[in-house]
Amino acid sequence: MLNYIWFGMMFVGVVVGIFTGNIDAVTAAAIDMAKVAVNLAIGLIGIMALWLGIMKIAEESGLIRLIAKGLRPITVRLFPGVPEDHPAIGSIVLNMSANILGLGNAATPLGLKAMEELQEINPDKETATNAMCTFLAINTSSVQLILPATVVALMGATSSQIFITTIFATGMSTIAAIAAVKFLEKRKQFAIQSGGNS
Amino acid sequence: MIESFVQGVNQVSRYIIPLLLVGIPFYGLVFKKVKVYETFVVGAKDGFTIAVRIIPYLVAILVAIGMFRASGALDLLLNFLSPVLTFIGFPPENLPLALMRPLSGSGSLGLLTDLINQHGPDSLIAKIGATMFGSTETTFYVLAVYFGSVGIRKTRHALVAGLFADAVGVFSAVYICRFFFG
Repeated sequence: MLNYIWFGMMFVGVVVGIFTGNIDAVTAAAIDMAKVAVNLAIGLIGIMALWLGIMKIAEESGLIRLIAKGLRPITVRLFPGVPEDHPAIGSIVLNMSANILGLGNAATPLGLKAMEELQEINPDKETATNAMCTFLAINTSSVQLILPATVVALMGATSSQIFITTIFATGMSTIAAIAAVKFLEKRKQFAIQSGGNS
Repeated sequence: MIESFVQGVNQVSRYIIPLLLVGIPFYGLVFKKVKVYETFVVGAKDGFTIAVRIIPYLVAILVAIGMFRASGALDLLLNFLSPVLTFIGFPPENLPLALMRPLSGSGSLGLLTDLINQHGPDSLIAKIGATMFGSTETTFYVLAVYFGSVGIRKTRHALVAGLFADAVGVFSAVYICRFFFG
C-alpha cells in the first residue's frame, strides 16, 4: 500500500508539474524536503533524550508497570497480542495520556519508546504487528482533550466554542481508527506474510 | 461554563510537563532508591540513535509529499471535487486543509491561518477548519517516524486505517460544526 502511495505522490507530482509548468518547483521541493527531513530528525534528539531519560527512571522505579496495571481492562481489549504486564502497555498509556493532554513533544518520545517495546515481542522485525497498527492508527486519529496551542492562538476568544466540536470530531476519528484496524487486520491482503510486500 | 472549563484545563496543562519532570525522579529517588542521574543518562542515550534511525524514512515520505504539493496537484483535485462537496454540504473552502492535514503539519497550519484571516474566527468556515485541525493528525509523518524508529518497512493496514480515521474526523468536523454553528 505504502509503496503505491509513495510512488504515486512522486509520479503525480512530476506529471502535473510538467503540465502546469511547476516542474522547477517540484525539483526544488524534492531537494528542500530531503534537508527538512534531516533537520527534523536532528531537532528531535534533545527532546527525545530528555523524555527517554525520564522514562527510564519511571521504568526502573516501577511507575510504568503500575500505570499499565491500572488501565489493564482497556488495554487488554485494544492490544490482545501484547502480554498484560509488558512494559509496552505502560508506554502506550503514557503516550496516549500525553496526546490527550496536548503535550505533543512529550508524546512522540513516549510513542517511540512504545514502538521499541512492541518490536521486542515482534517475531518478524520488518513487518508491523496488529498491536503496532492499532497503536499507530489511534495516534494518527489524534486523541486530545486540549486544543492545540496554535489553534487557540489563531482563534482567540472563539476557541472555547470549538472545544466541544473538536472533542466530538476527534472522538469519532478515534472510534473510526479502532474499528478500521480491527476490521482490516483480519483481511487477507493485510495478513502478515514473510517475504511478501504490501 | 464551558469557557471556564476550557481555561481550567489549559491552566492545568501548563503545569504537567514541569511536574512530570520533577515528580518522576522524586518518586524514584525517595520511594524506590533509584539512582536517578545514572538511570536518566542511560535512557537518554537512545535519543540520538532513534533520531538518526528515522532519517531515511522521513526523507522518503517528506520528499514525496513535497513533490506532490509543489506540482499544484492539490488545486487540480480541488477543482475536480468542489461541485460534489458543495452538494454534500462540505464547504469547498475547507477542502485544501482537509487534504493537506495528513501530509504536512506546517502546511496545514498555514492553510488554517489563511482561512481564519480571510473569513474571521467567527465564521463557520474558520470554526470547521479549526475543528478539523484539532481532530486529525499528520498521518504520513507519524507513520514514517514511528515505524522508522524500529525499522518496520511493511506497514500493513496502518496507513489505510489512519487515513480512514482522518476522513471520519474531517467529515465529523464539518457536520458537527454545521449542527452547532450553521
